[in-house]
Amino acid sequence: MQSAPFEIEKAPPLVAFALRPLPLPLLSKALTALTRSVAGRHPSMFRRLGPFASARFVLDPTDLPFVICLSPDATNPHVILHRSPQHGDAKIAGPLAALLGLVHGAFDGDALFFSRDLVIEGNTEAALALRNAIDDAELDIGAELQAMSGPFAGPLRRAIILAQALTGLCLKRPENGGYC
Amino acid sequence: MKLTVGPNQFFWKADAWAAFYADLAKAPVDHVSLGEVVCSKRLPFFQDRIPDAISELQTAGKTVALSSLALVTLKRERKMTAELAEMGVEVEVNDLTALSHLPHGTPFSVGPLVNVYNESTLRWLAGRGAVRICLPPELPLDSIAILAVVAREVGVEIEVWGYGRVPLAISGRCYHARLHARPKDHCRFACEDDPDGLPVLTREGKPFLAMNGVQTLSESHACMALQVDALAQAGVSSLRLSPQTGDFGQICTAFRNLLDGRLSGAELITKLQAENEVLRLSDGFIRGARGADWSGAASI
Amino acid sequence: MEIVCPAGTPASLRAAVNAGAHTVYCGFADETNARNFPGLNFDRTEMGEGIAFAHGHGAKVLIAINTFPRAGAEGIWHSAISNAAALGADAVILADLGLLHYAAQNHPDLRRHLSVQAAAANADMINFYATSFDVKRVVLPRVLSVPEIAAINAETQVETEVFVFGGLCVMAEGRCSLSSYATGKSPNMNGVCSPPSHVDYREEDGVLKARLGGYLIHSAAKGEPAPYPTLCKGCFTAAEKSGYLFEDPVSLNAEQLIPQLQAAGVTALKIEGRQRSASYVAQVVQNFRAAVDALAQGHSMPAGMLARLSEGQASTTGAYKKTWR
Repeated sequence: MQSAPFEIEKAPPLVAFALRPLPLPLLSKALTALTRSVAGRHPSMFRRLGPFASARFVLDPTDLPFVICLSPDATNPHVILHRSPQHGDAKIAGPLAALLGLVHGAFDGDALFFSRDLVIEGNTEAALALRNAIDDAELDIGAELQAMSGPFAGPLRRAIILAQALTGLCLKRPENGGYC
Repeated sequence: MKLTVGPNQFFWKADAWAAFYADLAKAPVDHVSLGEVVCSKRLPFFQDRIPDAISELQTAGKTVALSSLALVTLKRERKMTAELAEMGVEVEVNDLTALSHLPHGTPFSVGPLVNVYNESTLRWLAGRGAVRICLPPELPLDSIAILAVVAREVGVEIEVWGYGRVPLAISGRCYHARLHARPKDHCRFACEDDPDGLPVLTREGKPFLAMNGVQTLSESHACMALQVDALAQAGVSSLRLSPQTGDFGQICTAFRNLLDGRLSGAELITKLQAENEVLRLSDGFIRGARGADWSGAASI
Repeated sequence: MEIVCPAGTPASLRAAVNAGAHTVYCGFADETNARNFPGLNFDRTEMGEGIAFAHGHGAKVLIAINTFPRAGAEGIWHSAISNAAALGADAVILADLGLLHYAAQNHPDLRRHLSVQAAAANADMINFYATSFDVKRVVLPRVLSVPEIAAINAETQVETEVFVFGGLCVMAEGRCSLSSYATGKSPNMNGVCSPPSHVDYREEDGVLKARLGGYLIHSAAKGEPAPYPTLCKGCFTAAEKSGYLFEDPVSLNAEQLIPQLQAAGVTALKIEGRQRSASYVAQVVQNFRAAVDALAQGHSMPAGMLARLSEGQASTTGAYKKTWR
């Protein structure tokens, strides 16, 4: 597992195509709402980030036509999507499946990095802190969506279920921490 | 401040080794620690020259200690280390194996390879009989100053790495043998070709480290020329100079002149660099951001 | 044999225990432990909860307080020891002489293990630590061969614990200042080696260059694996020869040596990796637990059980085989 003994799936072009016309401001607002809901449920994640809670992270799903700018800031976390390349304190780039697998503990960050399925740029320390904080939180995006309330919950849930159906990407935490 | 000369870290031919100590007897240094620290396979080549070197140095009025091996794993090495305690000369402990053979209360020195980072460790060693401690080269000035205060209180002399390539690591693996694709047991003493260590460069050609058998050193020479006032103020009692080829006596004299105010730090550096055009210096462990930094880079 | 597993986070601790770890080792989130990385380790509450969880599942928790206390700030390390005792840790893993003395004097009932950072590589030294500080177990430095380990066990009552999987120090542990020479941060003083704060990855002409403190440690062409720029596993040049002069970018896997290590009298097998993810820890632990259980029942060790975990990255048996030297 130290280098993933399998191919990381790329989101099929169809999905990337389907996502192209998405209204990014709306998706940004929905993901910000999700992040705030996660923040409320996992305060220790922000404690783990320590000084890097105020950093700006650029998450780049390389198979999707946008990048995600994440500012975890415990009091006011927010997410903004951009179609153009963005700068931040640290950038983590890789296929969406790798990024999701990392969140779900399906993959080991070091392994993905050694195998270059993930590429880190900028402040390596900040990127590591984020990785470690997320790993400890044992997140399950499926469960987080269920726990979410407010106007964005319904549409976001439907969008993600659609994405899951279209791509076969794993949006739930695998049993026993095994591979997705 | 006194001057100490630490053990030769490299592998020299026995005649060169003996000549070095004969010369050193004439140099203005106070204390000499000698013996094999790095590799037990080297010792048989010059072991029989050690007693003469000791007596020459003692006759010249210097105090002498025998250095113990830095990493002791083999039966032969354990025996060698145990025997040091019976030689009737002060032992410089470079690994606690040596201390385990010294009767409680026997006075001993502690070399820079033993981890003395704080007051409790210093006090504990003093309680066991330590009279002189050369601090680990990576210690910053703040720590040195705190330890020097405790050292004075418990009657221990504090020594700091003053000049020479810095010992940074010791391993079970021999890098010289590895470089020459030889097994360690059949190394054919590849390290003998590099009497001051073999420079290790980055792939961009930047000098970085130096290999010396199982030991890894800095490529730069640590040099306290610009730090002696701060060290003296901190209460350091002695500077340690590390043997190298060339006119080592002149280096000792230059440092003596520096400590006595007859030579400035800048003049000392000019002298050192005149002897060796590619010499790179460092003193970053003391006050810099990292060990490789050189405080003189801006001014000289 | 006892499996001793790493836990960098509470999630990893639970994963290790659930996967069958007999013992978990971890550290407080400060400079007192040798894996002082961002986002890792336990605050006092988490440690208490982790110990309760492990004890509830019949597993032990060891707390590594294995850096060398800073002069003038020993109180930080002393309170780590007191906290470990108060929280019910099964042992503390220590390296510093002064700290061992402090623990022996102030918390005589708190079991003491000698950290690998003390680099106690022979029976004389191990027995010296046992006599001086009543150390019950020693984690052996990664410089010894299996016959040397057997010889040590024949001459000491102190239990021995050896690394079997994960990152591999090439230098004698606790006696290496390579990292502070290049970055100012050292394992001994700061609990970090080749710290991420000083790592710079940059793509230049399609080659990923990893620098540490400005020194180029590793370059990887497109598609090649990109190891973390650990100093001693870098690619350098000496005497006009270039390559991995100290060690290849490999990790330790002594799985196949478990029967020999058992015969050599080893008490516990240690897995490195407090900086790895919970899922990694769970998988390694499962495999090692299965291996020692098979051995205990007299079954032969399944060949290459852990190969899957090392796949894609070269592994070595390190110093356990003498030819490594």
